[in-house]
Amino acid sequence: MTEDRATLRRRDVLRGVTLGSSALILGGCDAMNENATFRSALRAAEKLNQATHRTLTDRATLAPEFALSDISPVFKTNGSLTGTSTDYLAHLQNNFADWRLRIDGMVANPINIGLEALRAMPARTQITRHDCVEGWSAIAQWQGTPLRLLLQQARLSTRAKYIVFHCADNYGARPYYESIDLIDAFHPQTILAWGMNGETLPVKYGAPVRLRVERQLGYKHAKYVMRIEATDDLSKFHGGKGGYWEDVGDYEYYAGI
Amino acid sequence: MDATQDMTQNVAKRHRLSTRLWHWLNAFVATILLMSGLMIFNAHPHLYWGDFGSREDYAWLQIDDTRTTGFVRIGSVRVETTGVFGLSLGTNDNVRRVAFPGWATIPTGYDLAAARRWHFAFAWAFALGLTAFMLASLFNGHIRKDLHVRRAEWSFSAIWTDIKNHARLRLGPGNGLSNYNIIQKFSYIGVIFLLLPLLILTGITMSPAMNAAWPWLLDLFGGRQSARSLHFIAAFLLALFVVVHLIMVLLSGPINGIRSMITGRPMTVSKPDQGGKLP
Repeated sequence: MTEDRATLRRRDVLRGVTLGSSALILGGCDAMNENATFRSALRAAEKLNQATHRTLTDRATLAPEFALSDISPVFKTNGSLTGTSTDYLAHLQNNFADWRLRIDGMVANPINIGLEALRAMPARTQITRHDCVEGWSAIAQWQGTPLRLLLQQARLSTRAKYIVFHCADNYGARPYYESIDLIDAFHPQTILAWGMNGETLPVKYGAPVRLRVERQLGYKHAKYVMRIEATDDLSKFHGGKGGYWEDVGDYEYYAGI
Repeated sequence: MDATQDMTQNVAKRHRLSTRLWHWLNAFVATILLMSGLMIFNAHPHLYWGDFGSREDYAWLQIDDTRTTGFVRIGSVRVETTGVFGLSLGTNDNVRRVAFPGWATIPTGYDLAAARRWHFAFAWAFALGLTAFMLASLFNGHIRKDLHVRRAEWSFSAIWTDIKNHARLRLGPGNGLSNYNIIQKFSYIGVIFLLLPLLILTGITMSPAMNAAWPWLLDLFGGRQSARSLHFIAAFLLALFVVVHLIMVLLSGPINGIRSMITGRPMTVSKPDQGGKLP
């Protein structure tokens, strides 16, 4: 590798010229990036973005839907490709026949519902675009149970502010989880998907059920959902920022951009 | 006072305060946006046309590496760019497999979350600054007096003369009708009224929430991935404009040019072919 580096250094003609001038800007920017006051100022812009989006969209404004002919030939897989908990692996062996989704927390009527019962509920089918925070997009058809029907059935407390999704996959060494606010939880396109492109949801895309929250980026769309918990306080879960990537990668809680 | 009178007095019109304020604000903000944008691009250095696009699909542009060499591929043309694009050296001589090197990005190291936060905060200053400048320029006459291309300027021979003058580095106000020559007018109009709004609108088109709010943007640009490609192309064109702009400043008398953009004081200009236009 030493020789490669020497070659690289020789070829790096722009480096000498630019380093001097950009060192000032970059050194400054990197220092700013670590500065707590500056970081909180940038976070204020995140709140401004969310407030702007919420002003420009009605609660029920739908994300664009597409035609069957628009579906991606291959939908890129991302994140975990299977659930990892012992529980999950046993359910997978059994084709999720005894799997139960639990909905609890700040609800008057906690629910335990199996996959067949979930599929028997009124369902929504939508062809939508999945946008990764990295920049790529893929389109698929999703079929699932609107989350709002389950929350209504569970009689969500009026004090609840967020819905937390506990998942069966560890990503890295930590369990994946996500959460959304009630505006998104009651949105007509927010579904627990158990079907994809006309088939049973495959394991690598989040079987038995995954969340679709169509006006936000991919990391909000939790896969391998095992338990749904209503809460008024996100700080008590894991890293306290409301989701795996929010905790681990410092990504925005509101992922509308 | 008309431009002919300016010449005889060896004094050109000063830059307006709104023009000067916006110029420097925008120079700063656009630099931040470009550099944080390059870091965001590093997260997925592929560009597509249409609604969707991922590593499973054909990218018309790809900046990548083979572990030992970096390359840029546009369509079927592939150019090795080791050391700059695709594969470069970090500050500690560590080999970095990223599209754009650390000296071009904010932050220097790979940090998508931080780059996004910078980009989406400074984008407000960019969009609001442009809007304020456009409104001010509409009301203070900057557009009507300086940028407006007059009927007499729409002449092939006059434009051809100006092109020849630029090619010979004879940089001047041109036809005596206004402070800017025709190539300057076309450049500034193109940047202010086409390129910058295109950057803002294609940026907004990449937001899934804004797609719900303003779905017509997707129709306008041909889908989210097309908007992403256009955003990148527009940023490249803006960077190109800045390079040419800076070269013109250098060629036309940098001290005068920079001073007049800071203080707004009238600058002395001589005959057109000796330089002295407003850069």
